[in-house]
Amino acid sequence: MIRVETPGLLTTVQDLGRMGFGPVGVSPSGAADAVALRVGNRLVGNPEEAAALEMTLAGGTFVFPEGALAVLAGSDFGAAMNDAEVGPWKPFHLPPGARLRTGHTRSGARCYLCVRGGVEVKSFLGSASTHVLSGLGGFEGRALRKGDVLRIGNRVENEPRPKGAVADILLPRKTIRVTDAPQSEWFSEESRSIFFSSGYRVTEEANRMGLRLEGPAIPTPPGGQMVTEGVPLGAVQVPAGGQPIILFVEQQTTGGYPKIANVITADMSSVGQLRPRDEIRFERVDQSTARAILREQEEAIRAIH
Amino acid sequence: MTGHESSLADLPARFLPASDQSLLVSFGERIDPSASLRVRRLIRLLELNPIRGVVNLHPAYCSVLIRFDALVTEHGELEALLRPQVENLDAVSLPEPREVEIPVCYGGEFGADLADVAGLHEMTPAQVIALHSAAVYTVDFLGFAPGFGYLSGLPGELATPRLPVPRRSVPAGSVGIAGNQTGVYPFATAGGWRLIGRTPVAMFRSDRQPMSLLSIGDRVRFHPISPEEFTR
Repeated sequence: MIRVETPGLLTTVQDLGRMGFGPVGVSPSGAADAVALRVGNRLVGNPEEAAALEMTLAGGTFVFPEGALAVLAGSDFGAAMNDAEVGPWKPFHLPPGARLRTGHTRSGARCYLCVRGGVEVKSFLGSASTHVLSGLGGFEGRALRKGDVLRIGNRVENEPRPKGAVADILLPRKTIRVTDAPQSEWFSEESRSIFFSSGYRVTEEANRMGLRLEGPAIPTPPGGQMVTEGVPLGAVQVPAGGQPIILFVEQQTTGGYPKIANVITADMSSVGQLRPRDEIRFERVDQSTARAILREQEEAIRAIH
Repeated sequence: MTGHESSLADLPARFLPASDQSLLVSFGERIDPSASLRVRRLIRLLELNPIRGVVNLHPAYCSVLIRFDALVTEHGELEALLRPQVENLDAVSLPEPREVEIPVCYGGEFGADLADVAGLHEMTPAQVIALHSAAVYTVDFLGFAPGFGYLSGLPGELATPRLPVPRRSVPAGSVGIAGNQTGVYPFATAGGWRLIGRTPVAMFRSDRQPMSLLSIGDRVRFHPISPEEFTR
């Protein structure tokens, strides 16, 4: 089991999310950095979709009364086990009664604590993911609190891979690649040129639903009221104020603001590692390039064995 | 609204890549009952006959966003599979609509934009309330957030643009207007609709079956209640 001594800023149970509930307006949720979660699970021999704890910006302190094999995946949260430092991507053994302390991030926004066997919670609509906004799934539908006790499951698939090397292409990037969106052509040449040539800063309003950016305003299409339509993960919406919003894992399923671009699937994990005040740029790629990048990422994940 | 009538003026469906893992099937660019019927039929069809690689569906007024696993299929292949089905939507039958009543406390702290909406249309707040609560609406689809129903049937006199900058947080239960749409926010979320009132009824609860008060195709009415009835 895992006992929460301090929860950190926002720590939730996440897996790869629940697909298929778009028709009732429920977005998949799931890990903000799905690549880190999958790699972490592989390193401790779990199935890739096993549930783990997702920590945000500042992590918590956890006690393992019966011990565990664990790994920290994603950003470096300056973790220490019984006062010995433990870095990301290196599986480690926690003896019974061990205390794992994590602190403020030294790199990106999220760090995953994956334990061998996975974190076990009651499945809701086929997934362990917490949907924070609507209080669904995960551990009692909410972020963890001091005193919570979580069970460790027995979802084990392989031997642990203590020496799994994580390829550079699996690490987060600040140049986010995008394809065109259904309304890209509604925007003027000038608007698109501003969007692609400027840096945009992540504001404090960045969460699992979406990330508001600020930077040079993007003039919106004239008469820009459109009929609400389904919006994909990673859609870059531009409301009338001209400041873009990236829709994220707990996204709204539909929206009525025109979209200038859409983040490619392979770069969604990088979006999950963005912190407030980080500056990003956008780079346009075509659909076949986006697919090729995704396949390359997939091979790099599967190479960890 | 039979399939026979709806097929007469149907535009051909358009297929647009919306992201590297989704395809938008569009039945036009405006809210109308015929497009909405095609959306409901396509959702029904894909729920009954799933396509390999399709992992999620986002219905809207006149389009369906289809999310797929980009390692399994791609836009062109999916479009080729969907095209013959989309051309035969008239053959899909839908269940009978239900009737749902939603109590609303209009104005004041419950509907911060009621006075502005009234002002924009040179009406009194009471006239806005009377019009809004007299109409019968149809749930064209659920989207945005869990249990958020997009209702068509708003009287034309009440059509109002969204707020230029969305609110950071809208209270759960808020009843809003955006363009010629109306709806109720099930959760406290960010949102750009003009708020005219609030309901005390839970729109979405995970411990209830069905979880969502509204389902696609339902007929909805709002009836005004006092602040005392709201807090009761």
